[in-house]
Amino acid sequence: MKLNNIINAIAVVGISTLTASALAAPQTFDFKDPKSVNNAVFKLDAPLEAIQGSANGISGTVTFDPEKPAETKGKIVVATESLTVPNPMMKGHLHGDQWLDVAKNPEIVFESKELKNVKTSGDATTADITGTLTIKGVSKEITAPVKLTFLKDKLGQRVPNLKGDLLVIRSTFTVKRSDFGINPGAPKDKVADDIEITLSIAGASAK
Amino acid sequence: MKKTLRILAIAILVTAGVTWGITGANKGWTRTSTAVKTVDAVTGIEGIEYRKQFVPGLDFLGVAIIGSAVLIGASFLSKKQPTN
Repeated sequence: MKLNNIINAIAVVGISTLTASALAAPQTFDFKDPKSVNNAVFKLDAPLEAIQGSANGISGTVTFDPEKPAETKGKIVVATESLTVPNPMMKGHLHGDQWLDVAKNPEIVFESKELKNVKTSGDATTADITGTLTIKGVSKEITAPVKLTFLKDKLGQRVPNLKGDLLVIRSTFTVKRSDFGINPGAPKDKVADDIEITLSIAGASAK
Repeated sequence: MKKTLRILAIAILVTAGVTWGITGANKGWTRTSTAVKTVDAVTGIEGIEYRKQFVPGLDFLGVAIIGSAVLIGASFLSKKQPTN
């Protein structure tokens, strides 16, 4: 009798653990967006000139578990060639060797390390994400506020005939172009050193 | 010839000024595209589309002013047509 009770107890614990693991499995979200809705906006506000542009060549993967958002890890890549501004000459300079040097540095990469100050309310999680940002071959550790929104079973609304979940990531942070060797000699009253970057991206995890 | 050059200079200046004014008097650089925001209904993400649109800026006015100045300068240099 006692042995039966012990066996039953072990079985219950085992089944509970397996069930919990199945429900809380981390998912991998792919951020490659054929519709190019995913975008990053950059702004430089200098006394003599305000510059604003965007990039939509975004890809990468993020592993996210709605039960354990603090364990989120991932890598987001922006194709440097996709950065654009409305003035064609300025765009040419932006891609040139003095600025982003697209030919030698085809990607801007952010790879996450950890999340802190994680707070979850409903399907939204806010946190401070720390990771390595690489621009023009220079890597720096940065920390940025991030909001992760888990949209369960919404993939089908975006892509017909597909079932799965969506993960929306939003973040606004500032970096200094001189930290990444982006034409550090350019006068700062004309091209601001501070670059404000706003990331708005959605990744899909198909079932 | 003098008269023609001066009329052309004024025409360029006026045309450039009017074009600049009616396209929004852009005080920045000339743009060849305009960002249009779209909102993704499912995720709420604001997407950005660039639509081709010529929006002259101060550099466009500057070129027109320089061009007009060159024509006016040329009009002073051109010789008077002999009248027989």
